[in-house]
Amino acid sequence: MNHRLSGNEAVAYAMKQINPDVMGAFPITPSTEIPEYFAGYVADGEVNTEYVTVESEHSSMSVCIAAQAAGARAVSATSSCGLALMYELLYVAASCRLPITLACVNRALSGPININADHSDSMGARDSGWIQIYAENNQEAYDNFLMAMPIGETPSVRLPVMTCMDGFITSHAVENIELLETDVVRKFIGEYHPEHYLLKKENPLAVGPYDVSPYYMEHKMLQAEAMKAAKARILEVAAEFEKISGRSYGLFEEYRMEDAELALVLIGSTAGTAKAAVDKLRDDGVKAGLIKVRVFRPFPGEELARALAGTKAIAVMDKSEGFSAAGGPLFAETRSALYDLNQRPYMVNIVYGLGGRDVKVEDIEKVFDRLADIAVTGETGPVYSHMGQRSKEETA
Amino acid sequence: MAINDMVEIRWHGRGGQGAKMACMLLADVAGLQGKFVQGFPEYGPERMGAPITAYNRISEKRCTVHSNIYYPDYVVVVDESLLDSVNVTGGLKEDGAIIINTPLSPQEMRPRLQGWTGKVCTIDARRISEENLGKNIPNTPMLAAAVKVSGVLETERFLADIEESFKHKFASKPQVIEGNMATLIKSLEEVQEG
Repeated sequence: MNHRLSGNEAVAYAMKQINPDVMGAFPITPSTEIPEYFAGYVADGEVNTEYVTVESEHSSMSVCIAAQAAGARAVSATSSCGLALMYELLYVAASCRLPITLACVNRALSGPININADHSDSMGARDSGWIQIYAENNQEAYDNFLMAMPIGETPSVRLPVMTCMDGFITSHAVENIELLETDVVRKFIGEYHPEHYLLKKENPLAVGPYDVSPYYMEHKMLQAEAMKAAKARILEVAAEFEKISGRSYGLFEEYRMEDAELALVLIGSTAGTAKAAVDKLRDDGVKAGLIKVRVFRPFPGEELARALAGTKAIAVMDKSEGFSAAGGPLFAETRSALYDLNQRPYMVNIVYGLGGRDVKVEDIEKVFDRLADIAVTGETGPVYSHMGQRSKEETA
Repeated sequence: MAINDMVEIRWHGRGGQGAKMACMLLADVAGLQGKFVQGFPEYGPERMGAPITAYNRISEKRCTVHSNIYYPDYVVVVDESLLDSVNVTGGLKEDGAIIINTPLSPQEMRPRLQGWTGKVCTIDARRISEENLGKNIPNTPMLAAAVKVSGVLETERFLADIEESFKHKFASKPQVIEGNMATLIKSLEEVQEG
């Protein structure tokens, strides 16, 4: 089915097709449309989801935790400060091994207050124990949401999944999209039958009790093992998804990387803009390529190292400022992943696109120009820098 | 992809006038005609009357670029008062056109366009809207004018497809469909090119 939907409409439609048991609903720009559209489906009787309106995101995630612990499927959507307000509960969800699905519509985290896209919200939650899958466009936002439950619910994983898309750029942009038939979706998702749950009378259990030191570390180890196991499961689910959709997904997408000497590593909608730059450069004979990281948690470090091993110079582009004073989170992890290579390419970090700062094809071409210089001279210049900001004179 | 098989349109309006809605409708209808489309707004502070910008890309192949549009083929100005505060012709391609909601003629508008030498089109969207819808909703006339001037869609099919789209959009108030269709037809006739 060929349609035109925005990213938010696409995710709301995926939720409708899944028909989850519970939705914890609280509005925040730019994710508000997701619970808004979904409320329409509830009101029209198109789903039989228990739609729980609450007074904050702390409560919407608490609703999801309670529902999922009871043995139900729970979903929610949020952005920016909403995700920040869920912060404590994100850890509870992950450590209780509750495979909740959350649509995170990426927006800058205050302050100054700003409603536009960057990844500072979800990157702040990167160590919370959630699987994180990022979309380039509306199609991927839809597809990723459909794949989330089969990934998170599998017994070897049992972790919550956050599917992320860029606020406004993806969430509010109408583009062509291929939707699956609802019966195909339902069959793909399957029924949720957890082994243990709160309301199972044969085996009553407590969820989320105090954990003493003699057990705590063992539980954290198990959680870490689950995150490692998620990598294989994500690929399995992608292979199953390809059979019903014809669309192929990996841990990351390699675009024109076969013989690439200059490469970008980045996340989200800017990857699409960068593909246009790569195409232009390839037409000019430049061996340019890019890697779009789709799965950030678990981090595909070994796979990235293999994919980037043959390159000469790499720019890792972070759409969030981690204030480490040494580069953004994607850079830190990518650079670490390449440490064990015998011959390491030159690497620089560019922080870009904060608070909705637009990125043009020409901006990306300039990054490749810089990489071409680095590959020839071996001089990286400042390893960690920012792109797209105006100078003092320009803002005066 | 090659940029030249793509039409890029930039909309300038004020919050509440429906420029975003017109942009989304154009994307939807162009999609119905088998095109690859993008329709997206650029948001600042959300308030009635604030200048807003929206964008369309319409192409034969999927466009992966997700930046704003800096070199549009067409610019649509839904509110004439924006000419005094926004550089609406910025980056507009020389062989493109600007379409303005005004009762004045293209010749009368040209002096207000900061030396723009390309095509100027005008349409009295307010009057057409008030005559056919009973109130000032300028986005529908501007949508028709954009389709006519750009030639991006075949007009007969545009009218048929948009009627379908209206039937879904206004399912709960079908009485407004007739007025909207009359507005579109009138606007296709009245847009002046100069």
